[in-house]
Amino acid sequence: MDAPKIKDRLIKWVEENYHIEPFKDIVIKKQVPLHEYSAWYYFGGITLFLFIIQIITGILLLFYYKPTEGAAFESVRFIMTKVEFGWLIRSVHAWSANLMIFTVFIHIFSTFFLRSYRPPRELTWITGVFLFFMTLGIGFTGYLLPWNELSFFATKVGTQIAGSVPYVGGFLRTILRGGEEVSDATLGRFFACHIIVLPLCIFAVLGLHLAFVQLQGMSEPLSVKDRQEKKSIPFFPNFLLRDILAWMLALGVLASLAVYLPAELGKKVDPFVSTPAGIKPEWYFLWMFQTLKLIPSKIFIFDGEVIGILGFGVMGFILLILPFIDIWSRKEKKNLFLTLLGIFMLIFMIFMTVWGLIDKGRQ
Amino acid sequence: MYDKKFTRKVFLNYIIGISSVALFSSIALPVLIYITPPKGDDIDISKVTAAKVGDLLPNSAKIFRFGNKPAILINTAKGILKAFTAVCTHLNCTVQYSPEAGHIWCACHNGRFDLNGKVISGPPPRPLEEYNVNVAGEDIIVSKKD
Repeated sequence: MDAPKIKDRLIKWVEENYHIEPFKDIVIKKQVPLHEYSAWYYFGGITLFLFIIQIITGILLLFYYKPTEGAAFESVRFIMTKVEFGWLIRSVHAWSANLMIFTVFIHIFSTFFLRSYRPPRELTWITGVFLFFMTLGIGFTGYLLPWNELSFFATKVGTQIAGSVPYVGGFLRTILRGGEEVSDATLGRFFACHIIVLPLCIFAVLGLHLAFVQLQGMSEPLSVKDRQEKKSIPFFPNFLLRDILAWMLALGVLASLAVYLPAELGKKVDPFVSTPAGIKPEWYFLWMFQTLKLIPSKIFIFDGEVIGILGFGVMGFILLILPFIDIWSRKEKKNLFLTLLGIFMLIFMIFMTVWGLIDKGRQ
Repeated sequence: MYDKKFTRKVFLNYIIGISSVALFSSIALPVLIYITPPKGDDIDISKVTAAKVGDLLPNSAKIFRFGNKPAILINTAKGILKAFTAVCTHLNCTVQYSPEAGHIWCACHNGRFDLNGKVISGPPPRPLEEYNVNVAGEDIIVSKKD
């Protein structure tokens, strides 16, 4: 029996037994708008691709990683120095995490500037913001797992930030740390969250997010929507092939970074040494970390850090409910003030991040 | 006019709703209690031998373990022994002594404290807790203030 015949029979068998016509129709009939902003559509797909790489390399790392205070650092060192290609697997895992968060940022900002969250896509945006928060969470929990000095102090600061939330802060910090201090208990909790809790939550929300995208199609930017002549391409196979090309480019960037700039291991944690000079969290938290340095110790009668942290919380909440408070986009109008606010926020985040990267700290 | 009779169906819907909340709570509550770590992790001590006499040169410091938290013992430039909690009051980083500047510094957010533990600059909202330092024979004993 030749190959096409087997393929045809297989397709027929699936169609007869699983009634996939409605799904097939969605995929075959789906069109993707083609315009000068189309390039931004690819960043969601690249993020998904990097997430898949995260899962595969994460599973491979689990073959050797030991999540205890005494063995975590040594097991990562073992992966990097003794296991064949161990350094590559860890490096790909670390770099794909960073790239994934980078593409999530691009995806969320491009969606914001193109107002793709406007009705009827509010839920796509909300699920996307939840995915963004969970991605940051998975990055934060994964950062501690090598149990090195940098990750230890970053976790101390991060969990203390949660502890600064009024009323429930102490409880939250204890739950996160598994005790009063960052310890073996914290490592166990972060490990469980990193490999099971957050990935399961991400799977669930990602399923919804992708279903919404497939059911409603891609959003057209406001400036394109009313054009007389519109172009589009079929999702299958044209857009998917372009998506795969973008994935291959991302894979090239990832492989180059993993090989030429392999992830470092750092120094093993000693909880009883001073926080080293130049300490900083991962780059995606750096703008918040740097902002906290500038907030004075007291603002009126309140502790400065509480005000700062509440400020970040309010920003996160505004981000979540944006489709409902952007009354202009609900009327299919673009608001210049909101665009300028987004540009200001983007410049502020980039500026604080760069400042944080070059700031060595002075005694 | 709104006219909804309290039928058997409505009654059953209420019962199912209440039962669902009860069922969810009976599962969620033990889970929430389970993930709250039990007390007893803290080692509550009031006194510790931080160093031996002669361990610290003037204008230097060392971090030592005070219960399960870090503390800092400083031999000032004038040769006076001082001890504080080493946990920064801002976001919990472990502070260090800066011999060049003669003050306590936190590397995380540039908080600075003087040698009485008071905030000089930066974001820390409160001073560092100071401990008593006593010398007993060869030992430098650090204890909590009453």
